[in-house]
Amino acid sequence: MSMQLVTGNHAAGHSMSLAGEANRTARGAVCGIYPITPQTEIVEYVAKYPFSKGSVVPVESEHSAMGVCLGASMNGARSFTASSSNGLAYMAENVMVAAFYRLPIVMAVVNRTLGPPWNIWADQGDSLMFRDFAWVQLYCDTSQEVADTTLLAFRLAEDPRILLPVMVCMDGFILSHTATEVELAEQQQVDSYLPDCAVPHRIDSGHPVTMGGMTFPQETLAHRVELHEAMGRVPEVFEEHRKQFKQEFGRDMKAAVTPYRVEDAETVLITSGSISTTMRQVVDKRRERGEKVGMIRIKMFRPFPVETIRSLLAGTKKVGVLDRNCAADRGGIFWQEVCAAMQGQGHPLIQGYLTGVGGNDVIPKTVHEVVDDLVQRETAGEPVWKGL
Amino acid sequence: MNVEKIPMSFEEECLLRPGNTNCGGCGMSNGLTMLGRAPESGNYSMVIPACCGIVTAGAYPTTSYSVPVIASTFASAAAFATGVSEVNGLNDEDEHKEGKRHVICWAGDGGTYDIGMATLSAAAERNEDMIYICYDNEIYGNTGGQRSSATPMRARTATTPAGKGEGKKNIVKIMAAHRVPYAATLSIAHPDDFRRKIHNALKIEGFKFFLMHSPCPTGWKTEPSETVELVRLAVRSGVFPLYEVYDGINFRINEEPDGSDPSVYFEKQRRFKGQELDMDAVRRYIDHRLDRIRRLQSVSHFKD
Repeated sequence: MSMQLVTGNHAAGHSMSLAGEANRTARGAVCGIYPITPQTEIVEYVAKYPFSKGSVVPVESEHSAMGVCLGASMNGARSFTASSSNGLAYMAENVMVAAFYRLPIVMAVVNRTLGPPWNIWADQGDSLMFRDFAWVQLYCDTSQEVADTTLLAFRLAEDPRILLPVMVCMDGFILSHTATEVELAEQQQVDSYLPDCAVPHRIDSGHPVTMGGMTFPQETLAHRVELHEAMGRVPEVFEEHRKQFKQEFGRDMKAAVTPYRVEDAETVLITSGSISTTMRQVVDKRRERGEKVGMIRIKMFRPFPVETIRSLLAGTKKVGVLDRNCAADRGGIFWQEVCAAMQGQGHPLIQGYLTGVGGNDVIPKTVHEVVDDLVQRETAGEPVWKGL
Repeated sequence: MNVEKIPMSFEEECLLRPGNTNCGGCGMSNGLTMLGRAPESGNYSMVIPACCGIVTAGAYPTTSYSVPVIASTFASAAAFATGVSEVNGLNDEDEHKEGKRHVICWAGDGGTYDIGMATLSAAAERNEDMIYICYDNEIYGNTGGQRSSATPMRARTATTPAGKGEGKKNIVKIMAAHRVPYAATLSIAHPDDFRRKIHNALKIEGFKFFLMHSPCPTGWKTEPSETVELVRLAVRSGVFPLYEVYDGINFRINEEPDGSDPSVYFEKQRRFKGQELDMDAVRRYIDHRLDRIRRLQSVSHFKD
């Protein structure tokens, strides 16, 4: 294990490549890759990696990049790729197929604003368009977490109780292009942490089946129920693999939900991604002033950690959700999810704030303004735009 | 190559099993049967995008195919097949000492000429090791017969009720221009030639492209019993020349057209009914195309 000064992209590329290499004892690693800012460095890292049993195919589009991953995973290889923004939008059809085929593909997503107009800065609207695609979605707040979560993602995706694709998301530039100290894994540790990738339903010439032919509504219903139930098993299995991660690598990885100073908090802020590191500073400042402010950082967006959120917010009077995304007309997507999770759970005031949409900076002042607004509020209203 | 020496495989388990629900006289069904009887082709899996070919599989949990099949999204057959092929390449040495495993894409003209064109072109350019067969019924057959860029001029379809105004793309020329190791046309009326070409493709490393003329009685408004006859007429009249291209530059005509009148081929199809076909222009086009292929053949070099 070595501490290095690297970017989030480097961290993701490193972990993916080591995971791919670890499968040399099984059916190898195959991935389709295609560049798009700001994730390009990830696929470049993978393309340069000297796999002993692997193949990286530089294709002509994101749609085909995922297509190659689908074919490879269906043939039993460990498969992964990365994308951002409009690349993800172009890939969308095959993104859905990964989940519907129950393929344990891992994708690094560097969150970038969707266009036009063209904008390369951070906004989660790209990966959140897949919120109903049955992918596990994990949002990281440091490059260390990107490195670690990417490794766990393979373990989780390939777990026979799960068999779902996993997205590991990080904010564009804020994490992807900012070098910080990261402990990068060694191959030997990854070999020990990740079992051989086994896709139980992979194609097999001795057992000819047609994958994805026609099903009638009754079988399709059963398929959707299975997806729903597999998603429901994720929190427990995630926690199991998180503990094993600590045993193997000796460091804690953040849980699905990270509460901070919420025990006696009357006002709780909720966010995801890199905003949470700024938010922690603001919470400390407000606590110094004697204000009962706490925060919750959500890492796991799918499945949404409903039970944890409910128990953490029990007794809280006011909740402010900061979203770096906006669903036109409905506001922030994490805010909508928190409101839905708290349905029938008493009546805390839950106010949505649109912060950092389109790549705008979220600085301590922004978060302070949110707290100021929240504490004087009598009722929740329409989502509040910040940075206008 | 001596065609007589290639045995035809008549195993009990054929590629397209009995009991499928395909239309009578379906050219694609004939093609699948012929593909299944090509020699040494037992060890393969197929990738089939959205098209009649995947409906052929039937409803879950049954399948009409005797090999593993992956249904791909419409535009993605060549990308899915790339993934399958790469994994085969990494594992064949360990697992299949008796011979390599192949992957065959089986796609319609919509998935080939239109929506899958970019994916197909890219896989060909990368020279991925696969066989790509386009069964060309010249319409979106699975959705009820709409125009594609493979639909011939003047044919009436659900979206060109007055007849199509444009001609057909020359897909073999496009694929040959990628300089793939092998590109050829297939006729279900010429089983020996069909068998030889599949046999040939199985021995060649890299990207192999086939175009198979595939009448659709439902869409073409033809008699199901005349499907094979239509293909024979198309080959004899030069409407659908049987030829092959090695490395994009070496051309060979496999069956010289015998000068049959192409008008018979068109008259048998009610999709052209009521259309004023300029048969002189059709003949000029046929002659021009054959002349070009012959000229290319005259400067071609073959190892065998």
